[in-house]
Amino acid sequence: MSEHHPWTRRAFLQNGLTMVSTAATLPLFLQRSAFGINDPRDRRATAQQPGVPEDRILVVIQLGGGNDGLNTVIPFGDSHYYTNRPTLAVRQQDALVVDEGQGIGLHGNLAALKELYDEGVVAICQGVGYPNPNRSHFKSMDIWHTADVPNGQGTGWLGRYFDNTCAGSPQADRCIAIGREAPIATMGKTAKAISFESARLFRWAGEDLHDELGETYQKINRGGSPTGALKPDQTNTSFLMRTALDAQISSDKIRKAVARRAEVSYPGSALARQLKMIGAMIRSGLTTRVYYATMGGFDTHAGQQYRHANLLKQYAESIRAFYRDLKDQGNHQRVLILTFSEFGRRVKENASRGTDHGTAAPMFVIGDMVRPGVHGPHPSLSKLDKGDLIYHTDFRQIYAAALEHWMKADSEKILRGKFKPAPVLDTKNI
Amino acid sequence: MIFRCRNRPINRTFYFYPARYSTDEGDTMNRILQPINDEQFGFTEAQHLLRRAGFGGRAEQVAMLQRQGIDGAVDHLVEYSRIDWDAPQETFDADLKRPPTAEERAAWRQARKDNDAEELERLKKIRQQSDREDRKQARLLQRWWLRRLAESPRPLEEKLVLLWQGHFAVNYRGVKDSYLLHKQNEFFRKHAMQFAALAKGIVHDPAMLIFLNNDRNRKGRPNENLARELMELFTLGVGHYTENDIKEGARALTGYTRRDNDFAFNRRQHDTGNKQILGTRSAYDGDSFVSLLLKQPACSRFIAAKLYDHFVMDLTDPAPSDRDKVIAALAEVIRRSRYDLKPALKALFSSKHFYSAAVMGAKIKSPVELTIELIRTLEPGDYEEKPVLDALRMMGQDLFNPPNVAGWPGGRAWINTSTLFVRQNLATYLITGHRPDRGRYRARSQPYDAMALLRDLPNRTPEAAVTHLTDLLLGAAANSNRRAQLRQFLTDRKDKIANDSIIAMLLLITAMPEYQLC
Repeated sequence: MSEHHPWTRRAFLQNGLTMVSTAATLPLFLQRSAFGINDPRDRRATAQQPGVPEDRILVVIQLGGGNDGLNTVIPFGDSHYYTNRPTLAVRQQDALVVDEGQGIGLHGNLAALKELYDEGVVAICQGVGYPNPNRSHFKSMDIWHTADVPNGQGTGWLGRYFDNTCAGSPQADRCIAIGREAPIATMGKTAKAISFESARLFRWAGEDLHDELGETYQKINRGGSPTGALKPDQTNTSFLMRTALDAQISSDKIRKAVARRAEVSYPGSALARQLKMIGAMIRSGLTTRVYYATMGGFDTHAGQQYRHANLLKQYAESIRAFYRDLKDQGNHQRVLILTFSEFGRRVKENASRGTDHGTAAPMFVIGDMVRPGVHGPHPSLSKLDKGDLIYHTDFRQIYAAALEHWMKADSEKILRGKFKPAPVLDTKNI
Repeated sequence: MIFRCRNRPINRTFYFYPARYSTDEGDTMNRILQPINDEQFGFTEAQHLLRRAGFGGRAEQVAMLQRQGIDGAVDHLVEYSRIDWDAPQETFDADLKRPPTAEERAAWRQARKDNDAEELERLKKIRQQSDREDRKQARLLQRWWLRRLAESPRPLEEKLVLLWQGHFAVNYRGVKDSYLLHKQNEFFRKHAMQFAALAKGIVHDPAMLIFLNNDRNRKGRPNENLARELMELFTLGVGHYTENDIKEGARALTGYTRRDNDFAFNRRQHDTGNKQILGTRSAYDGDSFVSLLLKQPACSRFIAAKLYDHFVMDLTDPAPSDRDKVIAALAEVIRRSRYDLKPALKALFSSKHFYSAAVMGAKIKSPVELTIELIRTLEPGDYEEKPVLDALRMMGQDLFNPPNVAGWPGGRAWINTSTLFVRQNLATYLITGHRPDRGRYRARSQPYDAMALLRDLPNRTPEAAVTHLTDLLLGAAANSNRRAQLRQFLTDRKDKIANDSIIAMLLLITAMPEYQLC
């Protein structure tokens, strides 16, 4: 970590002199009105406590289908791995060793990730799962999204983070999900995310029909009052005018951001395309705090070997390009990346040279603020639960670390229970 | 008549509520729910009634409703069972998600015993196949309801079904059985006006029993989920029961389970002992437990507030003056009619309060209201159902999928910078066929006939066209500022009144912040 904290400098630059100078001395409610007056976008919502960095970013990457953890982080030191995976096991000489003592390495196609690992910005959390694991894609994904074990019902964990920190704000651009629909994870009781496959879609499509429509449309939708905080007794009409104005401003910013050419080259995969957009949005200084990207195809029931290896390569190279981009922007210290999958896969490979739905798996936590290295032991390959790995770290402990240590939020309220944050972040220096 | 319907004499005074009261209490309520008269029931009021009690409609429909006078118009909407309708028929396969047969269970046992991976794989494939087919049927179910919402000549009926789906909320994620959701939807429709029947029926409803785990609520091992929500979300509201009432209520509901697609009472799993609920003691079962809940004054108030929230103003909105008195008066009507909701709805839809300035054009449309009003008012010919259903999901109101047992959070929760674009783009799609996700716009071979909207306009001046269209689409939310902006748009285009300029105006109006209101 560098000496100075880039976010304080940024906040200073973005919000102007008055606000920062008042922030140190004024009580919270006065600060809020100062934010309200000084900034048309009403940034008060994220300023929870004085002194808490308000431009930290969390990027969540979902690997859909159930990534095979055992062929991602390779337990080459364990002979059970080779007896259970006669055709699929990665040979020791092909693995990229990360922990000689434990006999742990990364799949050879994760070379790009290993590069970041060697730079000290990757934490590998082993054996992540939850009690009574569900092996249905839908259910298990819902459980990860809602952090509601075992039902997977209700609002999403990131949505609840916004519910708790930005109550009453209809600004959806605090959370941006790349994809057709906002994932459940981002849906709060009131908080909703922006979602689009491409930024082109985050705007009024009526303009496509005739150029001349745009001008009147803009007049109509930019009539709202930009200043002042939303008051609870405000009429629905002024609430709508205000939100319409916010929507135009967000749309302008986002489209302008992603229209710029990236300064760092990205590979051509779907995940890379998403991360490139996210990188562009971060570069442009959007106030977005959470980004969500997804990558599919990990449901490898048959003929897994090359398919899976390919996916890992795409994943690792996309992440590396994204990190390089952030570094080029000087934003690498502002961004924490979490990647997860709804479950790992069975220890024993199946008859079709694939693997079936399993349970615990490793999770990668990436960024300058992590405690790099391998966290926790590899789950035992001999002591199994009906042929599946037994987790030792609850995924909600990882969420708690991101919420508590990085976003400085009350994780107990958001996760609806007390979870000891996994020690994956360098809490002394952040 | 407005909607194809049988002509039958309507007794206008029979249900008319204030006439039945003579006590002081009744007088107060007379004042609170004082009706408007026919002179006060103009075009805007008739349109307001049709939007709120239904999903809006064409100008001719509004005009015909207005001609019936306030009592006739309210009767027309509330007494919808007099209107015949050949509803779109769709058959739903009841057996896509059936319990395994004895042979199948034996096969599973055998395969597990033999550790026969191939056989297990085969059996799993069969199960996954039925899951897939059921998800397909769930999409069919959504299309079926969308058509009903858009086409029914009994719009209040569908609007009530929507209310009950959000009130007794279960979702496909939790039930995973499209047939049971269809069955539940028909149950809501059958008893849409009878809250007592709904409350009593819901503890017999297989989808609800699965969703709230009552199929696992057994004597000695109670599961409190249904008992809790029954009191908190379905009948009384928070603060009108204790944790102990929940525990005892759960015992009353033991053994209420389902067998395949039907309710089943498992006598052996039912706890027959005495239960202490809400200060009474009796050997309650699920049915008598619900009857006890319906007797609580808190229940009629809770339902009155729900009707107010659905039809008048969201409870989360700034409260119009008299709101709480109106809810109390409605609760009294509901109590006296023993949860027949017709008298309460008639009194509400006739009341001055319902037509007050703080209410008309001031409520945020739910995604379903927005969508169905667009379809019913503009009657776009050839739209596909899929993009419409996709838009509903993106706007936050996926049919048959409220987010959780608390239903859809309404009012301002529907609106944010992201959903606002979806709302505007849905209107664009319905009017022009242009989908924002489909690249370049290609004009329809048969463009939408926008001129038809001006058919009854005697004098097609630009002023008249602007006024007519804003009145039609914005109703009470129309204002002079917006009219001036549209007027300017026409002036800049040489005041040409033609199909494409009217389409342009429709696109602009439906993209106005005020279009989100009704």
